[in-house]
Amino acid sequence: MPDPMAEMLKARFGEVIRDVVEFRGETTIHVTPEAIADVCAFLRDDPDAEYDFLSCVTPVDVWPDEPRFQLNYHLYSMARNVRLRLKVSVRDGQPVPSVTGVWPAANWFEREAYDLFGVSFSGHPDLRRLLLPDDYLGHPMRRDAPLVVEEVQFTHNFDDVDARKPYARE
Amino acid sequence: MTSVAAPTSMNVTFDELKGLVSDRALTGETMLLNMGPQHPATHGVLRLLLELDGERVISCLPDIGYLHTGIEKTAESKTYTKVIPLTDRMDYLSPMSNNLGYVMAVEKLMGVEVPLRAQYLRVILCELARIASHLVWLGTHAIDLAAMSMLLYCFREREMILDIFEMVSGQRMMVTYFRVGGLWRDVPDGFEDTVRQFMNLLPSRVDEYEALLRRNPLWLDRTKGVGVISAKDAIAYGITGPSLRGSGVNWDIRKAMPYSSYDHFEFNVPLGEKGDVYDRYWCRMREFRESIKIIDQALKQLPKGPVITSDRKVAPPPKEELAWSMESLIHHFKLWTEGFTPPPGEVYVSVESPRGEFGCYINSDGSPKPRRVHFRTPSYTNVAAMPVLTKNALIADVIAVIGSIDIVLGDIDR
Repeated sequence: MPDPMAEMLKARFGEVIRDVVEFRGETTIHVTPEAIADVCAFLRDDPDAEYDFLSCVTPVDVWPDEPRFQLNYHLYSMARNVRLRLKVSVRDGQPVPSVTGVWPAANWFEREAYDLFGVSFSGHPDLRRLLLPDDYLGHPMRRDAPLVVEEVQFTHNFDDVDARKPYARE
Repeated sequence: MTSVAAPTSMNVTFDELKGLVSDRALTGETMLLNMGPQHPATHGVLRLLLELDGERVISCLPDIGYLHTGIEKTAESKTYTKVIPLTDRMDYLSPMSNNLGYVMAVEKLMGVEVPLRAQYLRVILCELARIASHLVWLGTHAIDLAAMSMLLYCFREREMILDIFEMVSGQRMMVTYFRVGGLWRDVPDGFEDTVRQFMNLLPSRVDEYEALLRRNPLWLDRTKGVGVISAKDAIAYGITGPSLRGSGVNWDIRKAMPYSSYDHFEFNVPLGEKGDVYDRYWCRMREFRESIKIIDQALKQLPKGPVITSDRKVAPPPKEELAWSMESLIHHFKLWTEGFTPPPGEVYVSVESPRGEFGCYINSDGSPKPRRVHFRTPSYTNVAAMPVLTKNALIADVIAVIGSIDIVLGDIDR
């Protein structure tokens, strides 16, 4: 059964709306990255949609597949009591329009995606690292980032390991 | 330029700072003050960079991450069952709600039915966790605003709830009691009596808390009209839970999208009007009574029966079956070595934790380990709204606002 919201978006935006996936009663609408901010603004303001609440923005790294990053926007409508997931897929380094202007709640979610995954956003007011220190190198939540970065030091090799340890020395 | 010296210790360069604070801070006209991360009133390791004009807050920049433990990254290298203990450690004041959000997401992914008894016991334990969490909130919020004795009373009652948790799970705080498909084991004999005794005691204790604060002029002065946020702003900033309902938005996931048989119970959703610190306080105070109501009904209607699903692909078989059943032995072995494999797909499930919407997103690639687990935690968005909540407030009000949004830093940083 086609989701009415997906039909509405297809009629309004056309080619921008890609697949519509149903899984376990949840609807996922795939959107091209360039259009995500417009689609979100439309979904918030349209009286038939009224998605006034953003639950979260969740990045997923599907490495080694390409495009490797998926951003999942979990929308909720207070008035209609329904959820919707929008999904965009981006390559590494490809900026995504920020939806902070649509829902201010997106601010920290996008900062977290930038911090932990290295997804960049265009038009974000304050794109800095959020959870990790500013001098941290890399993005630990990527699938190709190792789970344990720090080499374990024992008594017999403490100085050897210490010498090649990446400290924030400056 | 003396005031600019403070932010150099923050991990923000001077150029970046320019966009974050007003121009007056750069000329030294207003003061930049670093609050936390080691500060008793920030409820953990929260750091705030405050720009002050006298005692008035011009801007407030929360800085988080001091308690970041990489739970989501760790979860990717564990089987679905082994992720449950990690969820306890996020919002450590209500581990039951975290457990529930996560196992419900896995259950949805696997398409598993949970027995009714397990659902009711989950409700009872989650509501107990809500009471325990609200007790810590009340005690710490009140002590921040100089009502010392509240903390002692609140922790007295919380101790009784922790004893109940220890009774069922063997642990006071890091319970890990829920499993995919049900519970770890049935509650022990005497559980119902103990909870009933506590439920008989608690209403009079809640009366006492109210008597101490509700009409206390000092309390009213510190909370009325402070940290006001409108309903529209609260929704836009993603504030959830009692902090949202304090602004008069009637949104409680237990009512809106009932899960775990919450629709079997009668209860009200307390709402505020103005959206100030007092309204958020008063919402939570009334939630005590609603939780008591839910627990009373759940205890009365508690059905008999199994507490975990009989689907052997998800839940281990009973121990005694291993002695005579080959299939059970294989299932047991497979579950504890490899784990179960959900179909490829993604789900998002949210529950109403004491702080608001606790959402769990799981992305499965069909292997026994999740490709991605994301926890949408309520404290995270609530603290992100600090700049709005403290706009033009006095510096003393910042303390009141932090207490009123009831943050847990483990929940924020994950």
